[in-house]
Amino acid sequence: MTDLATYNFAYLDEQTKRMIRRAILKAIAIPGYQVPFASREMPMPYGWGTGGVQVTASIIGPEDVLKVIDQGADDTTNAVSIRAFFQKVANVAVTTHTKDATIIQTRHRIPEQKLAEGQILVYQVPIPEPLRFLEPRETETRKMHALEEYGLMHVKLYEDIAHNGRISKTYAYPVKVAGRYVMDPSPTPKFDNPKMHLSEALQLFGAGREKRIYAVPPYTEVVSLDFEDYPFEIQKFEQPCALCGAEGVYLDEVVLDDKGGRMFVCSDTDHCEERREHGHAGAMLAPSKEAAE
Amino acid sequence: MTDTPLLKVSGVSKFYGSRIGCKGVSFDLWPGEVLAIVGESGSGKTTLLNCLSTRLIPTTGSVEYRMRDGNFRDLYHMGEAERRFLMRTDWGFVHQNPVDGLRMTVSAGANVGERLMAIGDRHYGKIRETASDWLARVEISTDRIDDQPRAFSGGMRQRLQIARNLVTHPRLVFMDEPTGGLDVSVQARLLDLVRGLVNDLGLSAIVVTHDLAVARLLSHRMMVMKDGHVIEHGLTDRVLDDPREPYTQLLVSSILQV
Repeated sequence: MTDLATYNFAYLDEQTKRMIRRAILKAIAIPGYQVPFASREMPMPYGWGTGGVQVTASIIGPEDVLKVIDQGADDTTNAVSIRAFFQKVANVAVTTHTKDATIIQTRHRIPEQKLAEGQILVYQVPIPEPLRFLEPRETETRKMHALEEYGLMHVKLYEDIAHNGRISKTYAYPVKVAGRYVMDPSPTPKFDNPKMHLSEALQLFGAGREKRIYAVPPYTEVVSLDFEDYPFEIQKFEQPCALCGAEGVYLDEVVLDDKGGRMFVCSDTDHCEERREHGHAGAMLAPSKEAAE
Repeated sequence: MTDTPLLKVSGVSKFYGSRIGCKGVSFDLWPGEVLAIVGESGSGKTTLLNCLSTRLIPTTGSVEYRMRDGNFRDLYHMGEAERRFLMRTDWGFVHQNPVDGLRMTVSAGANVGERLMAIGDRHYGKIRETASDWLARVEISTDRIDDQPRAFSGGMRQRLQIARNLVTHPRLVFMDEPTGGLDVSVQARLLDLVRGLVNDLGLSAIVVTHDLAVARLLSHRMMVMKDGHVIEHGLTDRVLDDPREPYTQLLVSSILQV
């Protein structure tokens, strides 16, 4: 009370946090259901993770260790600025190591390292409604969720196969949570969908502009939608990570020059760095360092 | 035809404030029977149709439908989930304007397959096979299966809408001016098609139309409406050949003879 110029812990006022926590509890109680909440203006533009930031701000405590990733990377603008934001307004410890973090706020990736019980993964969600581009009316989509009318979701997948010969949706791939609600897992690559299934960590989703919170509690069934004759499958990469040699992880393509040179590297930077520290080396590790400098 | 009706309508009235939409309509519809509701614009035909198909809840009255298990259920006392399920499996609704009844931004195949997927079909190959089978039945070339209805002519869209409704083998189909907005030769083909399908599948249908020719071709029985009241009700040929009410006589004599 003496220092009027400081922020309340974690930026939001206590009443707001209470309101958001109630929404989160409701979301956990009904896995996959989108709970409306009174999203606040945050000191960042919509699309930068205002929903995720509000969820994180409501659950974070002084003892927590925060990790923020943006497309798997700890060092990109969005991740750096949100991490700095919580360092400033909550003075919490931050880390880039997945296993050390208690809360991981993510934009569009799930870390490669398996999450453990007690960890919380907070997703930043731009469009929470999986049916949005099929049915524009909010009143109708809510009714469809309420009555479990999800045939339309398969119409979308049918269209994909009819036009492309396979299900071409590669991100924001719809899932059914706990056998009931169809949910948009935010624009994570479908590569990460299997990681959501029976995850030991609590997964929270915040959409700031659309004012919705939803959740997948630990050990909940998350099934990707598909057809019997066109089953769900994840992306496969032909080569391992060029820096750490990891296989079976999600890779980003990096264009090296204007002569068709390219490399594939881990999207999860922490995972990649850790592997390199343990002595794993990919094909381009030595030359790429020189090229970068 | 069996001796139990499919649909029992008693005393259905719909008021818009003090104005009458339709008033005191009662009738039974038997399996395999096509009933036409005719009358001029504003006579309450569409209001009645919407009430019967539960798209609109009437002010008073009841509509009972014989479910597949043989039991009658009051449509207005059914849960919404059950009613919507009924509407997309056991019923069809053909709109006057195909844009209202189709998804214009997904392919013809998906339009036909949507109902199948809604009731839990999860095999792409089978859905597609059924869809192309239905497209052929409504005389749409199967190589158009991946085209969007936007690329279809008015008549094709209407036929696609019919295929989309019939794919789950409904027992009752509601049609709101199915031939409205089509030119006469296309109308004739569509009527021919609908008549064939209704006969083949043993459908019951309630067809709203202002076109007496449509009623003559499709329906077994007809009701004439005026100002929200049913003023005459009988076998189609009887009503058209021997109209009793002055208004019906006027209506019948208003047909242009070419």
